[in-house]
Amino acid sequence: MALADHNITDKIDITDVTCPITFVKAKVAIEELEEGEILQIHLNHGEPLENVPRSLGEEGHEVLEKIDNGDGTWELIVRRGAD
Amino acid sequence: MNITVIIAASLRTFTNRTPEVRLQADTVREALQALTDEYPEAARGLYDENGDLRDFVSIYVGDRDIRSLKGLRTELQEGDEIYLIPAIAGGACESVISTERMKAVTIEEKEIRRYSNHLQLKELSIKGQKRIMAGHVLVAGIGALGGVVAERLAAAGVGTIGLADAETVTPESLQTQTIHSTRDVDRPRVSSAKDRLKKLNPQVTAVVHQEKLTADNIEDILADYDIVVDASDNFVSRYLINDACVLQEKPEVFGAMYQTEGYVTVLGGKDSPCLRCLYPSPPPVGIVPTCSASGVVNTLPGILGAMMATEVIKLLTGNGEPLIGRMLTVDIWNLRYHMVHTAKDSGCAVCGTSPSIRAVQDMDYEDFCGLREDPNEEPIGSIDPEELARRLENNEAITIVDVREPHERAIHKFPGTLIIPIGQLARRQKELDPGIDTVFVCKEGKRSILAIRTLREAGYTGPMLTLKGGFDAAAQIIFPNEGAWL
Repeated sequence: MALADHNITDKIDITDVTCPITFVKAKVAIEELEEGEILQIHLNHGEPLENVPRSLGEEGHEVLEKIDNGDGTWELIVRRGAD
Repeated sequence: MNITVIIAASLRTFTNRTPEVRLQADTVREALQALTDEYPEAARGLYDENGDLRDFVSIYVGDRDIRSLKGLRTELQEGDEIYLIPAIAGGACESVISTERMKAVTIEEKEIRRYSNHLQLKELSIKGQKRIMAGHVLVAGIGALGGVVAERLAAAGVGTIGLADAETVTPESLQTQTIHSTRDVDRPRVSSAKDRLKKLNPQVTAVVHQEKLTADNIEDILADYDIVVDASDNFVSRYLINDACVLQEKPEVFGAMYQTEGYVTVLGGKDSPCLRCLYPSPPPVGIVPTCSASGVVNTLPGILGAMMATEVIKLLTGNGEPLIGRMLTVDIWNLRYHMVHTAKDSGCAVCGTSPSIRAVQDMDYEDFCGLREDPNEEPIGSIDPEELARRLENNEAITIVDVREPHERAIHKFPGTLIIPIGQLARRQKELDPGIDTVFVCKEGKRSILAIRTLREAGYTGPMLTLKGGFDAAAQIIFPNEGAWL
């Protein structure tokens, strides 16, 4: 699947921050959405890519896809879970 | 059965400072009998003149109040611990913040880093932090405890913090009240605290109520707040705040401390007892000294205040297990922590099933605790420090009895006095000469009244006077050439 296949509700960029603020920013953004809505997260390769999807999964959100931009950054597509 | 009786610090005056007593007993009544056999003075702290247990002392066996067991007939098991806990001057819950109010809060970009510790925490997370930010909390009394509570709540991001206090910062404040700084001396405590909170967290609104809480103003002041923190240091405020919180159905976070120990609990909510359920009346003046008469380890308010602030956060966010129906007692010197159950009293004067208190009123505490002069009783005379100084200068025959506690005497001695703690007066009355005036000296003049009452009850007939204003008033007049603190 490609980016265009997702019905994105909101986007954030967390490439300018490091752990744990990466996760906190992602968490604040996804909790602003309604259940089932989709968040696109622009993040760096490495630690953010390893930790942010895992942490969001633990919070009950569903990681739909990780798309490699080929420049050291990724797009993470996450569906907001229930409260 | 081998039983340990644990004595709260404020009752240790009656047990030669002993914090715990081991004894043999099968019931609570027998245990108290054994305690008073060993420490006869303890009976004065525990029983009133009719021999009934004083209602400002709560007795727990383990974590149960004996009022919820069989009272004094409660049977004991081998190894049981009994706690004597008097009133001191000094489960999952629902958030008090509605979902609408929580949702109305947005966490701004710059707030994400500031609040990241709570945002990361599963227990609080985004919703918890938003509820904290939506909260309006009144802190009554900006001294040692209230200052710690206010600082922690401001740093946590509580939206509006009310600061209610009428006093100014004094040099004595500085050791315990770390919200105030040396250069704040003589400033109103609310102004000093507001400046500190603004520096700590400019996102927070600090509202100043620079007035003493009274029956006339308390309802208006409380109306805008979700939670009230009682960090006051006197019984008049404590009962007033309690009644107002019950009548406005607001939860109250209560903390009190004395020397090395303190209590924290949540009062007045739907499922919580109120202060009057736990202590229907305050203790008589002089039995439990106020904080100002007895000092406190300066680290204690840091611990208790942080616990009180934690209770506020739990109530705001509806998370954790707040101290609803429970009270935590902390003795930092002997490192004893106890959780006791507290229960609503259906006969409570303010929150019971048929309450007699339906509106806030200013309590006449002196009346309440029996200090007001009884018209049938011979009035208690007093002597001014100036008059006493003159009589001492003329070498008139007069006995001066210092009834202060040893640590108070250690700060400032009154030379040439007879030292008799109140608890020993009745037994040692033969040391007094009924042919001459006896003047009683305490810190402020209140315990001297109690001393005279005690001796009259014990049958002493000689002339007795209190030193007006106590040692505090006399120090400058009788010892003008000495340093204020020896």
